[in-house]
Amino acid sequence: MKAEDPYTNSGVRGTDAGTNDREHMLRLLETVKDPELPVLSILDLGILRDVFREEGRDEWVIRITPTYSGCPAMDAIATQIRMTLYAAGITAFRIESVLSPAWTTDWMSEDAKERLRAYGIAPPGRLAALLEGRSEAVACPRCGSENTTCMSEFGSTACKSLHRCETCREPFDHFKCH
Amino acid sequence: MKENPRIAYLLHLADNALILGHRNSEWCGHGPVLEQDIALTNLSLDQLGQARQLYQLAARMIGGGATEDTLAYLRDVRGFRNCLMLELPKGDWGFTVMRQYLFSLFQHIQYKALCHSTMPELAAIAEKSIKESTYHVRWSREWVVRLGDGTEESAGRMRKAVEVLWPYCGELFIPSIHENSCAAEGIGPDPTTLRDEWMHDVRETFEEARLESPREEWSQKGGKEGMHTEHLGFLLAEMQYLQRAYPGNEW
Repeated sequence: MKAEDPYTNSGVRGTDAGTNDREHMLRLLETVKDPELPVLSILDLGILRDVFREEGRDEWVIRITPTYSGCPAMDAIATQIRMTLYAAGITAFRIESVLSPAWTTDWMSEDAKERLRAYGIAPPGRLAALLEGRSEAVACPRCGSENTTCMSEFGSTACKSLHRCETCREPFDHFKCH
Repeated sequence: MKENPRIAYLLHLADNALILGHRNSEWCGHGPVLEQDIALTNLSLDQLGQARQLYQLAARMIGGGATEDTLAYLRDVRGFRNCLMLELPKGDWGFTVMRQYLFSLFQHIQYKALCHSTMPELAAIAEKSIKESTYHVRWSREWVVRLGDGTEESAGRMRKAVEVLWPYCGELFIPSIHENSCAAEGIGPDPTTLRDEWMHDVRETFEEARLESPREEWSQKGGKEGMHTEHLGFLLAEMQYLQRAYPGNEW
């Protein structure tokens, strides 16, 4: 393990695969954030589906699931996972992409939604409402008013739409439900 | 060699998404206003992402070094199985949003059926994609209504778009032999069964947009069998240029 690894002195001892400790892996992976949403980690977003050590091959398997089909952040996230693990001296791993069950914003925790709101992005509503064709009111992340207007169904990234608050007049992004 | 109908069907679904996504990407930087430029580009990105997942699945079944890239970049016109309406030039904004509506609605209904596919990987792709197509239908429908029920100029352009596109709509519902064999195995829906729901929604939207619903009539076809209009070759020439000129090159 490299000297700069923050866990070298924490009692976690590395092996040829870097570590035997799943908790350690999770702590490392939690530092991987979505490049467009730096307040949310891949655990918060539910992108990380599973981490386990494959018996016999002495290799970690990291399962991730894509968010939006065409989300360019997915490649960036996989690269970040690699860089994070290499930096921690872990090289025996492979990243697998799984499609089922399909990723949904319903997996985002209340705590993660709150952090998103504090960051200035209105958090997603419930998926059921989208699939039933109802549009739920989107509250302004700044002043909390529900008197808001959707200006575009597609915002700065595929996962966001663009809104304006009619009370405080601020424009804001909304993380669409998916 | 007899073609594997499952692979042919997956390529058909993937080609539909790729060709429309690529065609609409031509609007990038040319949209009428910034928000809508971004909207259509994001929509194209969704289509591209769906195409990638379908190509990846097809490539695994084909084996022998096939990848999503060889399928997208190294097949010729006759190998593509997309519906003809998707390869038509982008036209004006009215034409673009009208095509998007007519096709997204179809694709949405198709994904709904594919969620129950007996091929689990395909069902998983459909389950993910249907949430995206929900937004595509919502966005394009709103534009059809806005322009159809807009000024004399916009309404005229939308009527023109319907006139050009309608003879290509029938093809969506004419099953290819591969669709028939996949329908028999429960892999995908028989497209003829999707028509009523599609037509119902189109009529409702057209009514709201004050556009006349065309009567059903003769339709173009052939795209699903690789017989294309002259437009697809030009599209592929641009899309495939880099890999054709510099095989295996990477960014």
